[in-house]
Amino acid sequence: MPSLKDLRLRIVSVKSTRKITSAMKMVAASKLRRAQSSAEAARPYAERMERMLGALASSLAGQSGAPRLLTGTGKDDVHLIVVVTSDRGLCGGFNGSIVRATRAHVTGLQADGKTVKIITIGRKGRDQLRREFGSLYVETYEGIGRKGIAFAEANNIADKVTTMFDAGEFDVCTVVYNRFQSAISQVVTLQQLVPLAVPETQADDSGEVKALYEYEPTEEAILADLLPRNLAVQIFRSLLESNASEQGARMTAMDNATRNAGDMINSLTIRYNRSRQAQITKELIEIISGAEAL
Amino acid sequence: MSEKVEFELVSPERLLISQAVDMVVVPGSEGDFGALPRHAPMITSVRPGVIAIYEDGDVSERIFVAGGFAEVTEARVTVLAEEAVKVSDLNHEGVATRLRLAEEALEEADTDVTRVQAQRALVVARAMQAALGATVH
Repeated sequence: MPSLKDLRLRIVSVKSTRKITSAMKMVAASKLRRAQSSAEAARPYAERMERMLGALASSLAGQSGAPRLLTGTGKDDVHLIVVVTSDRGLCGGFNGSIVRATRAHVTGLQADGKTVKIITIGRKGRDQLRREFGSLYVETYEGIGRKGIAFAEANNIADKVTTMFDAGEFDVCTVVYNRFQSAISQVVTLQQLVPLAVPETQADDSGEVKALYEYEPTEEAILADLLPRNLAVQIFRSLLESNASEQGARMTAMDNATRNAGDMINSLTIRYNRSRQAQITKELIEIISGAEAL
Repeated sequence: MSEKVEFELVSPERLLISQAVDMVVVPGSEGDFGALPRHAPMITSVRPGVIAIYEDGDVSERIFVAGGFAEVTEARVTVLAEEAVKVSDLNHEGVATRLRLAEEALEEADTDVTRVQAQRALVVARAMQAALGATVH
């Protein structure tokens, strides 16, 4: 049975924890709004790039000599996995679910006799996967998006991936990240970047007849430029999505923590009051029975 | 000229411009081209240079882009730019610093990758300077 003083101290400490978690929730909420709007702002570029790629890919379809970033190396032996996690914790199952999905994917690939290489983005993923797969790391990034995610950062990572691909260091590249669905739900997504899964060219919603484009310089030359660019855009998009998811997950986690702290304070306060009451009663009984004995 | 062409300038971070204009002149990699309404559909890469937007027979806006891609259809011109700055927002000092930094990076570059990157930065900085020079006179 903890003494009254212990109880009082615990209540104070839980109260200050609650202050912290509720402040973190507020911060996460405002960051989430920003992250969401930057994710939305980045959408037009990605959409238009997809449209161009679709047009290019369909005009090149079936021809040999298409860039290897599009068609792949024709092998499936070495996999590169880009794992996107956060730098900071306290965001519920956000990093845990990414790590779990990655672990399952990597173990599956290894069981099939494939070689796996890993690039981690974010401190948490790097630390949590290090024990098992540390030897597979080719590159680790952290501190991405501390001041908002810049395209240049995604571009750096994409450059690294492209250089590795050109050097023939892998055949298939997949990125693992949390796709933002809502503040309470994030979906772990595995997206293949190389070879590129070309989006089906849908009929334009404006009802335009699908035009036959002229290309300047050649299709191949544009595609050779466009594909690494697209890679950067895809990575950029996954960073943005992951960032929004992180803030959403943190907001939910902190909301829960705040609520739990409130419950805990209530139950501790009840216990505190009860034992205070009990003590008073006990003292009274002692006094009265002392007086009666006289 | 009542017919207009829908011009969109998009950077990876956001949609910068979306408006109907009379004509845009885009610095294509094979030479500048002006896109009017009902231009033949075309996809081209864009070199670092200045995009000029024409309205009522006059240049209404000049925007520097550091390369990218352009998609032209009969009703629309879409430019995917790597970096876009209004020419009026460029200043001599900033551009000079950038040029110097790019030159330094090129000198210090020791691998092929960094050298290519530095060269690209230098080309962009030079184009920026040219864009600035063209407007001042």
